[in-house]
Amino acid sequence: MNYFELFQITPSFDIDTANLAERYRELQRAVHPDKFANESEQQKLLSVQRTAQVNDGYQTLKNPLRRAEHMLSLRGIDISHETTTVKDTAFLMQQMEWRESLEDIKDSQQADELIDDLYQSFAGFEKTLSQLLATLLATESDENNLSAADQIRKLKFMAKLQDELARVEDSLLD
Amino acid sequence: MAYSEKVIEHYENPRNVGSFDKNDPSVVTGMVGAPACGDVMKLQLKIGEDGIIEDAKFKTYGCGSAIASSSLVTEWVKGKSVDEAATIKNADIAEELALPPVKIHCSILAEDAIKAALDEYKSKQDK
Repeated sequence: MNYFELFQITPSFDIDTANLAERYRELQRAVHPDKFANESEQQKLLSVQRTAQVNDGYQTLKNPLRRAEHMLSLRGIDISHETTTVKDTAFLMQQMEWRESLEDIKDSQQADELIDDLYQSFAGFEKTLSQLLATLLATESDENNLSAADQIRKLKFMAKLQDELARVEDSLLD
Repeated sequence: MAYSEKVIEHYENPRNVGSFDKNDPSVVTGMVGAPACGDVMKLQLKIGEDGIIEDAKFKTYGCGSAIASSSLVTEWVKGKSVDEAATIKNADIAEELALPPVKIHCSILAEDAIKAALDEYKSKQDK
């Protein structure tokens, strides 16, 4: 299923999310089961299936990481269910250091400053990776696709770090 | 999802947590990560001149299964030769810890950490 086609959006990593949301509302209305209440059972079933597809598509295209994964899967590279191990030592060392910083927050006198610093570091690094990913996805080639997959993997680590940071921040409020 | 008793035991009493001095020439480090869950694992081996693994330490940020897998391999590799350690398979780790299918990747990560550390050992030997 090509969700870009379903939503009539040009396949790209940088999409207009307001436009996506607008298309989503239109499609939702068009396929909504209520519209098919008086139709045949087959039509009703089809409407339910299409509604599920539209919802899936919206969730996929809305999230930058899932959007990038979807673009790669349309190019024949499925990394959404992989169990690949990343071995980029410099990158992993940085991840380790950030995880250690997260651990230090709760015993720190300057927890708020540490949290702000980490948010900025994470956001900065994520932005760099995302920009590279956008460039790589813009020009399709085997080499660019493989490199794009690497950037997506790294962005997944960043998403995890941000979740962890949010969790630490919440725990300090308790 | 319920963790097996062995996973809980390793999780609550992890063996050999920590780091060696990375400037020690007998120490090699394997760094690996799993994008699917964001887990990061560092395994360090202290290897004697006879090629026997004298000591091992790990540091893992991840779920209970990832911590248990790395804790277990530090116990397993101690006293083994580098060739013996290279034969440790993720299936052995998964079986020992009774990991469910969704956590198999944690045992793969631990196997890959051993491989990464031994790769560094080989490249040091070749110098």
